[in-house]
Amino acid sequence: MYKYNDFDAAFLAERNAQFRAQVERRIDGSLTEDEFKPLRLMNGLYLQLHAYMLRVAVPYGTMNPTQMRQFAHVADKWDKGYGHLTTRQNIQFNWPKLRDVPDMLDSLGEVGIHAIQTSGNTIRNTTADHFAGAAADEIEDPRPYAELIRQWSTDHPEFQFLGRKFKIAITGSETDRAVTKAHDVGLRMVRRDGEAGFEVMVGGGLGRTPMIGKVLRDFLPREDLLPYLEAVLSVYNVLGRRDNKYKARIKITVHENGIDTYREMTEKAFALRKAEFDGTDQKLLAEIKEHFAAPTFRHGATDRFDSTYGSDPVFRAWVDTNLSAHHQDDHAVVTISVKNHGQTPGDITSEQMRVVADLAEEFGYNELRLSHEQNVILPHIHKNDLPAIHARLRAADLATANVGLISDIIACPGMDYCALATARSIPVAQEIATRFDDLKLEHEVGDLKIKISGCINACGHHHVGHIGILGLDRAGVENYQITLGGDGSENAAIGTRTGPGFSYDEIVPAVERIIKAYLEVRDSAEERFIDTYGRVGMEPFKAALYPDAAKKVA
Amino acid sequence: MPRPFTPKVITANDLLEGDVIYFTTANTWTRHLSEAELITDEAESQLRLLEAEKQNLTIVGAYLADAKAGENGPEPTHFREDFRRKGPSNYRHGKQEAAAHV
Ligand code: SF4
Repeated sequence: MYKYNDFDAAFLAERNAQFRAQVERRIDGSLTEDEFKPLRLMNGLYLQLHAYMLRVAVPYGTMNPTQMRQFAHVADKWDKGYGHLTTRQNIQFNWPKLRDVPDMLDSLGEVGIHAIQTSGNTIRNTTADHFAGAAADEIEDPRPYAELIRQWSTDHPEFQFLGRKFKIAITGSETDRAVTKAHDVGLRMVRRDGEAGFEVMVGGGLGRTPMIGKVLRDFLPREDLLPYLEAVLSVYNVLGRRDNKYKARIKITVHENGIDTYREMTEKAFALRKAEFDGTDQKLLAEIKEHFAAPTFRHGATDRFDSTYGSDPVFRAWVDTNLSAHHQDDHAVVTISVKNHGQTPGDITSEQMRVVADLAEEFGYNELRLSHEQNVILPHIHKNDLPAIHARLRAADLATANVGLISDIIACPGMDYCALATARSIPVAQEIATRFDDLKLEHEVGDLKIKISGCINACGHHHVGHIGILGLDRAGVENYQITLGGDGSENAAIGTRTGPGFSYDEIVPAVERIIKAYLEVRDSAEERFIDTYGRVGMEPFKAALYPDAAKKVA
Repeated sequence: MPRPFTPKVITANDLLEGDVIYFTTANTWTRHLSEAELITDEAESQLRLLEAEKQNLTIVGAYLADAKAGENGPEPTHFREDFRRKGPSNYRHGKQEAAAHV
């Protein structure tokens, strides 16, 4: 994976030293909060409801065991012994003290982790397919491109004061595991006439005005990536509104000006920009690619896997839900669920971090990933090692077989932590997971994505959940709106509201009614919830959710 | 008729700890809502907020939050302030943890 060179390391150390001085000046009274706030946000430090929160980036979700152990160390020494995996491949520490934060950042900096560009109106941490470099269906590893974007955008003078924050997501296969269509710019690798290139989507985004990204360029040669992105951003800098924060995101710019105008201006700018690129970026890309070279895969028999699969039903259930196809036939991609029934989605203890780090080191070529779905991935595992890994995960309470199922819920921190929240989301997730575990319905229900946000900002991606839940404050009480039919895949769609919302006590029973209705109307056990919804539409679910309304009409 | 004024407390976060604090009649800060000053007059509330903000070097983001008189001092009227008073609901962290240790 990518290794910082000396310049990067020096740059990070200097940034941390600057921030240490800024913290001291805030504490001794030389800086007011108004002066200090933008500085701390630039370094990933937020003030939440009960405490500060430090958010650090895990660029494109890729990390190594040493970094994971350092997270464990930071969690133990300065926080409460756990970290929270976010929906943007970041890790958050929920309880740091202001005085400790510079030490935490130094400690993370030692292993090349930082909090730069996790906030502010800049190009944020580029998110990538969490199966990058491993998935069987991949055309090319997208991470070198993500890293190229990171290096190009970090402190890029033209893009430090954009109209609003700017998020890019990239996937190296036609299957979209990175929700690219819900990003300001989405890059999806496609093939045309045997050549690989990017389909470029623009203007996607969730939040208060959810929109699915539109195709700006159906095929962009890979070598044109940076000049084209510069063109897209330069047009945004010209056309983007700065008069109204809520109209400032590129999705509104594209919406107001039309995709055709945006495309025309981008292509014009692109022609100029391209001439300014002298090939240095391609040399850099070639260097970066060396850091992402695939490991030398071990090959050998898979007999232990085969016999355990045949004899151990617990192992089999875990394999069937938590494994994905690897491009090496005798390997698998392992998703470690950090979603034990009843636990906070995405919270991982320092002890568990160390277990995962050990497994990656012993069996997994030193590679780890974080997914935006708040799980941890061992991307390269030889199948014969799976029984041993499963046993170790079980001992660490990390072997829940629920990936992609109803309890594999994405939930933002909501009003348990977030200062912007209008309602809680974590306990709703906990109760849904516990309820369906009690009902023993989870595996029968099958593939289903529930996503919960604690406010309109939609960090929990509720718009693209098959079932989306949005927590609101209605006259001083928590109220939950449900949307159905959202989809975060390459068939991206924004969910449709079912109708009036539900109180905190009603929301879990409401979800249960939706599931019962689904089990009744699906045409077979193979028809996924989202496909049933596509076939039958909203009506059966509405009838289940609002039985009284149906009676009135009848 | 003017709308009746909803009583207020002044609350903020501590600069160093980041935790929730409340302003008292003695112009000091307490960790307990029950010890906060309950302000029942609108004009007074603005003056008290200015007084609290004089301590901006050691606090962050002071504001007036709705509250009501209870048996043991001020109580929250909105669930957000109730959570701020207690801590998160997924772990016994925050103020509820501190309370468990006494
Ligand atoms: S969706 Fe709202 S409540 Fe949830 S983390 Fe984002 S800003 Fe906070």
